[in-house]
Amino acid sequence: MKDFEPKIMTFLCNWCSYAGADLAGVSRIQYPPNTRVIRVPCSGRVNPLFILKCLQDGYAGVLVSGCHPGDCHYISGNYVARRKFAILKTALEFMGIEPGRVQFSWVSAGEGEKFSQVISKVTESVKVLGPARKLVKSTNSFVSSGKVD
Amino acid sequence: MDELVEKIKKIFAEEKLELLIGYTKGTLPLRATPIFIESADDADKLIFDFTCHNNLAKYLLDEKKRGGDIRKVGIIAKGCDARAVVQLVVEGQFEREKVVIIGVPCEGVIDPGKLRKELSGREIKNFEINGDRTTLLGNGFELELDMSELFSDSCLSCRYPNAPQYDYFIGEPAEPIGVRNEYTSVDEFEKKSPDERWTYFEREYSKCIRCYACRNACPFCYCEECFVDRSTPRWTGKGNDLSDTIIFHIVRVLHTAGRCVDCGACAAACPLNIDIRMLGKRVEKEVKERFGFTAGLDFETQPAMATFNENDKEEFIM
Repeated sequence: MKDFEPKIMTFLCNWCSYAGADLAGVSRIQYPPNTRVIRVPCSGRVNPLFILKCLQDGYAGVLVSGCHPGDCHYISGNYVARRKFAILKTALEFMGIEPGRVQFSWVSAGEGEKFSQVISKVTESVKVLGPARKLVKSTNSFVSSGKVD
Repeated sequence: MDELVEKIKKIFAEEKLELLIGYTKGTLPLRATPIFIESADDADKLIFDFTCHNNLAKYLLDEKKRGGDIRKVGIIAKGCDARAVVQLVVEGQFEREKVVIIGVPCEGVIDPGKLRKELSGREIKNFEINGDRTTLLGNGFELELDMSELFSDSCLSCRYPNAPQYDYFIGEPAEPIGVRNEYTSVDEFEKKSPDERWTYFEREYSKCIRCYACRNACPFCYCEECFVDRSTPRWTGKGNDLSDTIIFHIVRVLHTAGRCVDCGACAAACPLNIDIRMLGKRVEKEVKERFGFTAGLDFETQPAMATFNENDKEEFIM
């Protein structure tokens, strides 16, 4: 699995992490090209079902990133998200799904450097895990079969 | 039993109840069935014993869906039923003034799934009880069992055999029959390797025929349209693909996180005896340890997943 290039789904909140990614871009900071970004209004918008759906469709990893606690544009969206993610992570790990498959981070609009570090870290850890095997829907794994880029 | 009937008749008059949800003798041995009583005269049919496993809180939602004016409902409640009623009231599903919780001491109820397993297709005609032992009598066979072998797993780890909130309580409060640590099975299971755990869940959930009996029996699955039934967008396949099935079970647990009172209705309803409680119990433990919340104990505390604390632990976030 040395040259395995994982595809990682990334949910970025509009107000912080997406702007952080933008800053990384305009600052010409290098980071691995393995992520596919979906912009969401808030990390609280991310239904755990979205994450499960990504794993089911064969993404090797999922990253959700939002504003730091206290910085939420909607005051408490990321606090609510934090509770949801804690429960989701517990359930998935208990079932035997690798902890590194689903990861979370706080990245503010000013943290372009941190964004690139987070992406590098997530990509590296998912590379070690290899392609997803658990929970993947065999007949519908467009991503793992290479039909979708 | 006469005490129950007598007191219910009294409560009926005192509270001007329009409906009482309780249990009556079922048509099969060792089975009780829910009964809906609209006049005190029918109270003679009521029973309460170790066969009354249904969670009656579910029927409050049916009363609400019936349309028209919501009647004043009395409900016979074991510890878990009462907690479910409290949780439903907290969630705004039923008015506190419209429900009269009549607590009864619960010494454990039998799980129809376990009974089915023990009988493996045979039918019983009668049963005898001798202390902790029971003898099931059928055509050409006799089966002697320890009562605890028939009790629901939820009862064996139950902390609240009596209603934590009630308007009336009939009888003397019971002691929990579960003396063990309630999370023993979860902790033991967690010692296995991740691959072993995954294999276990895959094997369990591969039995699932997607009948949704677990969802329909659960007092907290009251969404107008369940995500598995939705077609726009279609969240999961409707067939029995294992991946879809596992997602259904994970999401069912996530949706009941911090609300589940571990009444065991889902496990009892499952026609294939799938271990439905395991994942939910682990999540319940996390909610308790991380957020310090236990569902259905009082009318004031907000459910864990409907609120937050600025100082929640976030060791898993980069």
